[in-house]
Amino acid sequence: MAERILSGSEVVLQALADQGVEVVFGYPGGAVLPLYDEIFKQNRIRHVLVRHEQAAVHAAEGYARSTGKVGVVLVTSGPGATNAVTGLTDALMDSIPVVCLTGQVPTHLIGNDAFQEADTTGITRPCTKHNYLVKNPDKLARTMHEAFHVASSGRPGPVVIDLPKDILVGKAPYLEPAQVQHRTYNPVVKGDRAQIEEAMEMLASAKKPILYCGGGVINSGTQACKLLTEFTRMTGAPITLTLMGLGAYPASDNQYLGMVGMHGTYESNMSMHDCDVMVAIGARFDDRVTGNLDFFAPNSQKIQIDIDQSSINKNVPVDIGIVGDVGHVLEDMIKIWKAKQYKIEASALDGWWKEIEGWRSKRCLSYKQPKDVIKPQHVIRSIHAATRDRKTYITTDVGQHQMWAAQHFGFEHPYEWMTSGGLGTMGYGMPAALGVQVAHPDATVVCFTGDASIMMNIQECATMTQYRLPIKTVILNNRYMGMVRQWQQLLHGSRYSESYSETLPDFVKLSEAFGFTGLTCNNPADLDDAIKQMLEIDGPVILDVAVDDKENCYPMIPSGKPHNEMLLGQETKGDEAIDSDEGMVLV
Amino acid sequence: MKETEISKHTISVLVDNESGVLARVIGLFSGRGYNIESLTVAEVDARAHQSRITVVTSGTPMVIEQIKAQLSRLVPIHKVSDLTLAGPSVERELALVKVIAAGEKRVESLRIADIFKARAVDATNDSFVYEIIGSPEKIDAFIKLMEPLGLSEISRTGVAAISRGTLTM
Repeated sequence: MAERILSGSEVVLQALADQGVEVVFGYPGGAVLPLYDEIFKQNRIRHVLVRHEQAAVHAAEGYARSTGKVGVVLVTSGPGATNAVTGLTDALMDSIPVVCLTGQVPTHLIGNDAFQEADTTGITRPCTKHNYLVKNPDKLARTMHEAFHVASSGRPGPVVIDLPKDILVGKAPYLEPAQVQHRTYNPVVKGDRAQIEEAMEMLASAKKPILYCGGGVINSGTQACKLLTEFTRMTGAPITLTLMGLGAYPASDNQYLGMVGMHGTYESNMSMHDCDVMVAIGARFDDRVTGNLDFFAPNSQKIQIDIDQSSINKNVPVDIGIVGDVGHVLEDMIKIWKAKQYKIEASALDGWWKEIEGWRSKRCLSYKQPKDVIKPQHVIRSIHAATRDRKTYITTDVGQHQMWAAQHFGFEHPYEWMTSGGLGTMGYGMPAALGVQVAHPDATVVCFTGDASIMMNIQECATMTQYRLPIKTVILNNRYMGMVRQWQQLLHGSRYSESYSETLPDFVKLSEAFGFTGLTCNNPADLDDAIKQMLEIDGPVILDVAVDDKENCYPMIPSGKPHNEMLLGQETKGDEAIDSDEGMVLV
Repeated sequence: MKETEISKHTISVLVDNESGVLARVIGLFSGRGYNIESLTVAEVDARAHQSRITVVTSGTPMVIEQIKAQLSRLVPIHKVSDLTLAGPSVERELALVKVIAAGEKRVESLRIADIFKARAVDATNDSFVYEIIGSPEKIDAFIKLMEPLGLSEISRTGVAAISRGTLTM
């Protein structure tokens, strides 16, 4: 096929179109003006103008996480690129496929401290899966296609392409995606058959099995989630999900124990601690999950399935580590389990479930909703109830409200839960919701946030208004950085250093200033009406709910403690100080 | 597998010879807190634009496994091979050692150089520059002996290594 010679900007746009990109989240600037000119001249690809580059990346993450596609970002050089760094790091930690195009000063000026110059590939090297600086126009098309391949295959992640302005303006040949071969990056997807057989034999011999599954299942796709459900039902084993895995298995199912980890359920953590065979599927033994490693599941044999070899044996040594795509491996697991007619010994499994029911009977997430003050958990549950018959997507910011949302909003399907897990980025929620709502214009998108988190990307209210994105932002307002306050209470003698939100804006007036509706609620009796009103409004809404400012998030495994030393909530134990110097130095 | 014993490993890495690839490798080691005892890099296949990095590192078995897995997932990396585990290997390093001395010390340095099969590649009335090739231990030993004899400057290449016999990367 004869090469087509286009301008660099045309090559970029053509490559995006050929990669099936429908929308780009971005913010213009000097170095990317040729690209914006090209965007102006076409209408295949939609551009959504955010108000800060960090938000562009979070929006792309929300888009990617709710669709399974690659999210695309376009920002300018220098500050455009540095502002994107938090978003890129967030996407790296949570394995979200993002391609971020950054402008760069012309190649002859690189290294001269030119206006709006930054060493973008240098700065983003540790916070991307891979990055490119395109200095040769012949490599532009290849780089574009390769970036999508790298971002979306294997363990997904963010990829930066740094584009000097002269490359965008000059001529460059175009290659179709099919004409590009990937020389080095071809991740393994099929797991080793012998290892999978060994793993199934181990699981079949278990007396106290548990399936511990994470975001890798969701990244593997809806089919992988279906296979996980099939496999779980087949084995009869209990299943727990990580924060990133919520929705990979239906929350209403009886085999589901709830979330695992620091603010996971009592039954889930106790089962993890006491199990004899653990199957980790697309989960990476994060410190928020394991608690103190010295006491983590001490009497268990462990099987780990992950597409990223480096996730295996990183924090926790495992007995069988299977490198492969979760979906493919689950398929083989099911085949082998059926072919060998495996069955976990019924009497052992019954006994295990009896133990689990004992832990469940603690009802660790219970709370009492008094007449005078709204409990934050109650807001989450009420919104869950009110949106049950709608297609609903949830995003969150970071802190107590995030944990309450994870605990109390039951997720039945994958792709409906967007949260910043690994990096814990305050300011993620609203921009992520933008991306979700752009991808799913007819769905209900709710962003749970706190009075502190919302302020970190509040400028995105303007984007909501401009694109008429009917996002429902619910502030669980306790006038504190709640999780900071909780740790100060439990670990630092209730010295609430700088964690009080002294001057919050009037969120109703603020909403009105941005051109949409703001609502408040501070009376438990009015909550349902406020939620109903919020959901009925055809446009963006901020609902500012004044919640109990003393409420702590329980249950909780204090830092440095094992799973079986969980603190339960006020109903059972109380807000006692944690006696642990060790915990104080941990995060 | 809770082994805490720290051992030294020589790891060979075949990479695309492109800008930034060394920074990726070094950044991985510094960012994740791994040791680098020595690191060498040079192009080994001009036509395929491939370079070979030899890195000597140390850690527990779990850390060494992590290092290899983390290296393997870098996009421009073709192959990672742990020469210490792969079997016997040859490790060589080159050093240039400047000795400034007069009289008996100057003569003694020449005698020791002879024993170590080091060559004087530069000489003035006041100084020698010795070139020595060998295992890092041999070079360490040579340098130690030169210390009282006017040792004044050292330049070492770091380790280049390759498997013995027919085994290849």
